[in-house]
Parts: sequence; C-alpha cells; structure tokens
Amino acid sequence: MNVLVAMSGGVDSSVAAALLRDEGHDVVGVTLKLWGGDSDSGCCSVSDVDDARRVAHQLGIEHLVFNFSEDFDRNVVEPYVHDHSVGLTPNPCIECNRHLKFDRLFVRAEALGFDAVATGHHAQIVQTADGKRIGRGADHDKDQSYVIHMMSTEQIEKLLLPIGHLRKEEVRARAAELGLRTAQKPDSQDVCFITRAGGGRKVFLGDRIPMHPGRVIDKSGQQLGSVEAVEMVTLGQRRGFGIGIDGKPRFAIDVDVPNRTVVVGEVDDLNVRNETLHTVTWADAAAQEKAQSQPLVAQASAHGEPIAVQKIEIDGENVIVTWAQPHRRIAPGQSVVFYCDDVVVGGGIVARPQSLDS
Amino acid sequence: MNGYLDHAATGPMRPEAVDAMMPYFSGEFANPSGAHRAARAARRVLEDAREEFAELVGARAGEVIFTSGGTESDNLAIYGLGVPGGVAVCSQFEHHAVLDPVEAEGGVLIPVDETGMISVEQASAILSSLENVRVVSFMAVNNEIGVIQPLSELAKIVRRKTDHAVFHSDAVQAFCWTDPTVLLADVDSFSLSAHKFGGPKGVGALIVRTDVPVHARQLGGGQERERRSGTQNVPGIVGMVTAARLCANERNEEVARLSKLRDKLLDGLLQAIPDAIETAGSDRTQRAGGIAHLCFPGVESEALLFLLERQDVYASAASSCASGAVQISHVLTAMGIDNEIAKGSLRLSLGWSSTEEDVDLALRVIPPAVERLRQFGV
Repeated sequence: MNVLVAMSGGVDSSVAAALLRDEGHDVVGVTLKLWGGDSDSGCCSVSDVDDARRVAHQLGIEHLVFNFSEDFDRNVVEPYVHDHSVGLTPNPCIECNRHLKFDRLFVRAEALGFDAVATGHHAQIVQTADGKRIGRGADHDKDQSYVIHMMSTEQIEKLLLPIGHLRKEEVRARAAELGLRTAQKPDSQDVCFITRAGGGRKVFLGDRIPMHPGRVIDKSGQQLGSVEAVEMVTLGQRRGFGIGIDGKPRFAIDVDVPNRTVVVGEVDDLNVRNETLHTVTWADAAAQEKAQSQPLVAQASAHGEPIAVQKIEIDGENVIVTWAQPHRRIAPGQSVVFYCDDVVVGGGIVARPQSLDS
Repeated sequence: MNGYLDHAATGPMRPEAVDAMMPYFSGEFANPSGAHRAARAARRVLEDAREEFAELVGARAGEVIFTSGGTESDNLAIYGLGVPGGVAVCSQFEHHAVLDPVEAEGGVLIPVDETGMISVEQASAILSSLENVRVVSFMAVNNEIGVIQPLSELAKIVRRKTDHAVFHSDAVQAFCWTDPTVLLADVDSFSLSAHKFGGPKGVGALIVRTDVPVHARQLGGGQERERRSGTQNVPGIVGMVTAARLCANERNEEVARLSKLRDKLLDGLLQAIPDAIETAGSDRTQRAGGIAHLCFPGVESEALLFLLERQDVYASAASSCASGAVQISHVLTAMGIDNEIAKGSLRLSLGWSSTEEDVDLALRVIPPAVERLRQFGV
C-alpha cells in the first residue's frame, strides 16, 4: 500500500514509519507545520521537523512538510482563545485531530494517491461486528484513543495505527535498535503552541483577549476575595481559593465570565448526575443506535479514570449522560468519550449549564 | 535529470566547470595568501580568474570581491557599502538576502506594481521624502516571477533624489538572461552567485565600483583587499569563472532557445488548464527567458509539487521557511495577488541543460495533476 505517515518528530511516529516500511509498504512521511508563531517547542517546531526528516533519511523514505498553519489557526488556536474568553476549558489536541489530522490530511492524502494514513497514536484498530473501530492502545498508561475518538468507521478504513499494540518501552527499544535519533526523546506535553519560555497560557491568552479581574463569592453571594483573571479559572479548580471556615478546601463550582464572578463551594457541590454534550460524534450509525442500550463507560480527560454510565439519552443534536453515581462536574469545553469493552463508541463536548447561557 | 524545471533554484554544473576545478583540490591546493612558490602559483590562478571574471561582468579586477555566494554579497552590500549610518531602502519583493538586512536596519520598502515591476513613481516619491539615504537596493531580475526590473530608470531616480546614496542591485538571477557588462553604467554594485549559471554552490561575488567605500563585515586575514576576509575558495572561483565564460559566450543563443521553450510551456499550460493565470501579465519581453510563473486557483502548491515529483517533474512554488514548509510568497503578496490565488503558484525555470523533452514531460504531467487536485478541492 501507499501509506502517508504523519511524523511529529517523536519516537512513536518514528517507529510507526519504520514498522510500515518493514512490512513492505511504500511509505512517505509528512510533518505538519501547524503553528506559525514563535513556538520552538511542542509538536510544530523547526527542530521537531528536523528530527522527523532525519528519521525519514535513516529509514530511507521520502519526507514532506505540509503547511497547515492557516487551518490550524482557524480551527484550533482561534476557537481555543475564544473558548477561554467565555469561560470554557477547551481541548485543542482533540480539535487538531478532528480538523487537521483526520480531515485536512486525509483529504490531501487521498488527492495525492495514498491508500492510507498512519499515525503514531497509542490506540488500536479493532474489528467489530459493525466494522472497524478505535480501541485502546495496548499500553493503557499511554492510551490515546480518547484524543482520536472522533474517527468514523469510514475513516478508520483508511487509517493505520502501527504502534498501538506495543508498550511504550517496546516502542523505544525498537527505535534504539534501529538507531533512530528520537529513541530517547521525551514525550510531548501540554499544548504545542504555548511555550513556557513564552510565558505560558496566561501570557498567550493575555496577548489575545482582554483578561478581567473577577469577584470570588460563596453560594450565598457573599464576596470572599478576588481573582486576577476570571478567564483563567477552570471549573473544579482548587488552587487559589484556600480553605473555608469549616476547614474544608474550596473549589470553583461556577465560572461566570460575563458577570466576572467565580462561585466557590465544597467538593460535594461539584457532584452531579448528568452532563449535556454537544458536537457529538459516533463511530457509525450502529454505534449510535446501540449506545442507548449497551453498558458504557465514559472518560473525561486524556488519561482519566473510567466513569460508569447509567444511561445516555439522545436529545436532538445533544446527548444527556447520566452517571451511575454522582460524579464531579466536568469543565465545560472538555470532551467525554464513551467506550464499550475498551472500544470507542462516540463522544462529545461538555456543554455549559443552561443557567450560564441565559 | 529529465523533467528538472527548477534552474532558478539551482542547476547542474557545467561539466567544463567541474573539470576546471579538479586540479585545485589536491594538486595545486596552496593558499593564495602564502609566501612560497606554490602559494604564488595559486595566487596567480586566483588573479587570472579575477581578471577574466571582471571582464565578463564589465568591471575592473579590483572591483571584484569574491564571496561565498549571493546572500553574503547582498549582506555585505546592505551593511557595508557607503558611509556608515543612514537609511537603507529596497523594494518590497527583494530576495530575503536583501529584504531581511534592510528590514533589520529599520529601512524603507518601495512598493511594486501588479505587473511585477518596482514602481518608479513610488521610488521617486519615497526617496524624495527621505533624508540621509545610504544605500538603495533594487534587484535586476525577480527570482520568482522573472520580471526584468527597470534599473536604468531607477538609477536616474536614485541619483536625482538622494544625496550620493549607493545603488546596489541583486543580480543573482540575471546573469543568464541579461548582459551584466552594462550594469555598472547604472549601479554602484551588484551581486552574483555561481550556482545560478552552471558554477558550484558556495561561491559568488560582489562587484563594487572602486570609488565606493566598503566596510568589511567579515574580519580576519584581510583577503580581498581588506573588504572580505577568509581564504579564497580557489577551486570554486575557477569553476565559477569557467561557467560564467560559457554562459556569456552562449547567452544570446540560449536566451532565444530557452525563451521559445518557455513560451511553449506557458502556452501549453494556459491552453490545457482552465483559469490558469500567467503571473505578471503576458508581456514576456520584460521577463527572463527561462522563468515561467503561473497560479492555478483552487490548487495548493505543496500538493501539486508532490504529484509532479512523483512523475519526475521538479518545480518549485513559493519560498520555503525554516521548516521546509511552503509559505505564501512575499513577492506575490507585494504584487497584490490574493492569497487564495497565490496558494496555487508554480514556478518552472529552465537553464542550460533544459531540453524540449523536459517541457513536453511537464506538459503531459501538470494539467492532469491540477485537474485531480481541483477535484479533491486541495
């Protein structure tokens, strides 16, 4: 097969390319230039492109660079900034996969005559009775099925995940055997377009949206203090809110950017039975149909613990999920992914409670 | 290499130039600055080469400063020519080797028009409004779109509107297409690069009239009359001069031959591809004979280049950034071309080794590739 491998310059995608080459595929590597800003760390820097290119040289495969920075800006960075300005907590990696890797790159790969696109994600393609689905990676600690959950069964037909059956140590060992320069490269962390050297998230957002000081109040409306920037507060955040008079830690239980207000309360105040999701995707029609009758677990962050689901109800474009036990509220903007037996069924983005929309 | 249409980036060396270089790698390898017989022999080779090169470019031997190539020559011109202090000026679509130093110096940029010419009117108005202009730099031939710039007219403006500013020209892309011996009638200095005309990479020259002071940027052993230190690249210089001689001798015939091929290529593509746009209009008499530049709306260059290379057609799009990604060309932006159109740009450039087969291959490969990408909307 003609396979286009997305190579970030990290060890996982390096080994993915090597394994495909060894299987006899006609492999071309591509690194996406996503961020035109001053970031020289993270997943889109010149040194990462160099690493990917040198690995391709070592493997004897062609290597291309696609400049998707305009789309990245429009579909990932701008929404990320906007979401913060309205008090949401977005996951830009999911939006990058949704719009760039599994949309833009797939379309281009097909136009250029490739039969499949491969990535170095720790996830596996699982054959089910209803077709191919995304399953968890063999290395559960590194599992990345959460961030690629939006793949449809149709798209998965053209996807290869060559390292999903390996543990991270095995990936590194394979890279070391091949003498790849990325063998010991640390895993990428955090949001790729925001650097610590550039001042981190606060400076990045502060350069793009106005930051507003906010009042910190308790449930009765009494003012307890203030925060420097209400846009920087995440629902459920504990840091910065101290201890209540009852000696218990306080958490942000409501973030109201328009009114510049953070409500704090106890951890129990965060517990809810339901969440509403929008921008819901299903692997396919069968997945959507069965989701309401199958036993599901949910995951609400990249490596979060599974949450038992009692039921889900499909309400037009939205999904209302009811937890089996009261569960701590998930920050609006974060994604919830549903699994059945470690296979992705679908997922969506946590909506803001309607009280905030009004 | 069949289908190689990227001569404006670089081209194959002339075999004669390769041969001419060979004695100076390990046989006659001495340092021309040395004090022994072998060194003096090397010095003679160097100065013979300098004299011949000077003649080929219409200068005196003392006006030739050998450098490591176009970028060094342009940097030396922008930073090192004229009286220190004062304003640097250039056009908006100079090569980055000029543009970036001028911008780093806080200089002033002159607009270009939609036909790809530096605006003489704007140059006049802007230069009149500035004081203490030290150096003005306008390229002889634009490296992306191939438009030959009105240097004589611009020279008059520079003389009239400035108080003895040095007039430099980046002539790196011009050597194959225009006669360099007339350049010093208009400009005070110009830069050349060997690999653009069949010589080796890593060697070039800055030609500077003797009455223009040069402040060296690279200090050391004082070679090149204290204007550029560093042991001279003797084999490279010999290769450059050999290639320059061949190119100059054949220039008229080659311009005629390659212009015809370029026209066949452009006309064929314009006919086969609906909505294809010939960049900088259709007056090809004002363009370098071997450079064809087009834009294909609805197509993205980086995807097109890949489809072409798969079928052995090697071309280029806009400039590449540090990562190797294609980005929208500042040349097309300066000409006022919409980003959506500039995204689909393609430069096909011919040189001494180009043949009709190269053009025919491109004519077979490019139209279906453009059609395919348009179907996919990429």
